[in-house]
Amino acid sequence: MNWFDYLIAPLNYAFMVRGFLAALMVGIVCATVGTYVVLRGMAFFGDALAHAILPGMAAGYLIAGGASRPLFWWALLTAVVTSIGIGAVAKGAKVREDTAIGVVFAGMFALGIAMISTVRSYTVDLAHFLFGDVLGVSTSDLWLTAIFGGLIVLVVLLFYKELLVLTFDPLLALTLRMPARLLEYMLLVLIALAIVVSLQTVGVALMVAMLVTPAAAAYLLTRRLPFMMALAAGIASISGIIGLYISYYAGVASGAAIVLTCTAFFLLAWLIRTIQNRLLVMDQLGTRNVTKTTI
Amino acid sequence: MEILEEIRHSHLSGRGVAHQGGAPILEVSDLSVRYETGQVLEDVTFHLHTAERIAVVGPNGAGKSTLFKVIAGVLAPSEGTVKIFGYNPHGHICIAYLPQRSQVDWNFPVSVADVVMMGRSSKLGLLRWPKRRDWSFVHRCLQEVGLDELADRQISELSGGQQQRMFIARALAQEAELMLMDEPLSGLDVSSQEDIFTILDSLRHRQTTVMVATHDLEQAAERFDRVLLLNHKVLGLGSPEEVFTPERLTNAYGGRLRLVQSGESLLALTDSCCNEGE
Repeated sequence: MNWFDYLIAPLNYAFMVRGFLAALMVGIVCATVGTYVVLRGMAFFGDALAHAILPGMAAGYLIAGGASRPLFWWALLTAVVTSIGIGAVAKGAKVREDTAIGVVFAGMFALGIAMISTVRSYTVDLAHFLFGDVLGVSTSDLWLTAIFGGLIVLVVLLFYKELLVLTFDPLLALTLRMPARLLEYMLLVLIALAIVVSLQTVGVALMVAMLVTPAAAAYLLTRRLPFMMALAAGIASISGIIGLYISYYAGVASGAAIVLTCTAFFLLAWLIRTIQNRLLVMDQLGTRNVTKTTI
Repeated sequence: MEILEEIRHSHLSGRGVAHQGGAPILEVSDLSVRYETGQVLEDVTFHLHTAERIAVVGPNGAGKSTLFKVIAGVLAPSEGTVKIFGYNPHGHICIAYLPQRSQVDWNFPVSVADVVMMGRSSKLGLLRWPKRRDWSFVHRCLQEVGLDELADRQISELSGGQQQRMFIARALAQEAELMLMDEPLSGLDVSSQEDIFTILDSLRHRQTTVMVATHDLEQAAERFDRVLLLNHKVLGLGSPEEVFTPERLTNAYGGRLRLVQSGESLLALTDSCCNEGE
């Protein structure tokens, strides 16, 4: 068997092909939204939101059994309500926002565990929610991912200019009389949507990595937002595919393999950035020495 | 100055609140701002003339930034009113607030031209991408402040003075008629400060009104038409000679100010308190 056969072999299984497609789309969607998560310092919010979805999934699971469609809608409802709820708690209770996030996140997560623990096959089901199951993605799941993922990317592109101003300089957004509050909530809903769309691929526990890691890697290597977004999407989708191959051949859990590949890309980006900086410094020292000697 | 013509032109077609003829560019009446932690501004009343350059001075925590934010329509006052050309500030997009440099994320992945283009966002309208015409407008704004050659640089590559000039270019792109500059000069070397003043002079020609918060009392006295001395209340407003009297300054700064008396006149004034945001 040569390397080409190794690449082709997994594609003989329909579930692997569906997995590749899901990982590809999820990578693009998460990285696009994740760019704003990184630039706005919302990593903790993203992590919390992913965990807070658990009771919604549990409710869908208890009511509808294992069917993935109701699960999706329940998760979506919970994610949107929680993302807006965290803002309300922070304002209403006059606590710092990260405190509010911590309170809501832990409470919701505990509620989810409590709900799932009423079922006999508790640990198996919980693991499924926590770590995802990209190889269990059905064709109708793929359609849901494609439609909502496409919608998310479209909205981010349409409001590119506004989201950029809001993120870089909120005061400018206000003096330009943009609907800042509305845009802010829109971004929260987009993050919530991206998380729900990606749930089956990486699961609740590792979700934050899909949002943050590719975008962080791209941040180290680019100097303008469109390039950062594009590179992040590239890194995330390639990581999804490499991760699935690793999962197939090494027998590693798929979500973990994808996230580990993202992490490897981040370390690589960091290395490249460090070398670039060194070269730059050496360059400057070099020219200075040259000018000195010529003088 | 063909850019001026273009600004006038697009103002006719641009959106935003109408300007009442004859009304002063800025009129602040009985303005008070209270936070839970206490009163920040109390009974502030003054108005500005078109194209004048006014310095806002006062100790740290005097409420300078708060005053600017209320004027910009970003913060709601507890009492009193702010009128821009006779109307409340909320609909106006002709007010530019230039942030303190220390409050900007300089590692943000944007180029100098990108930041200046942000000023055009409202003129472009929702869901529209900038076209070639908009980019050439941005480049002309950059030329005005002498930064056109650095348009494609990432913003962290700029020096302090260049960073400040970039924000002025952004205000030009916004077609601002009132610029509120929060500590634009602090931390800059003398030649960078001179560059800024040269640009401020050109702003005067285009009828832009400029309000500058500053720590440098000497500069406030020498380079501005009027001075607003603020410490929660307005302690003086007028020409530097009228405002910078020993009584008034002691009143504003208390023990935090060193007054150096030399012969007949007050020669040097030193704000001995820390540098805000530096």
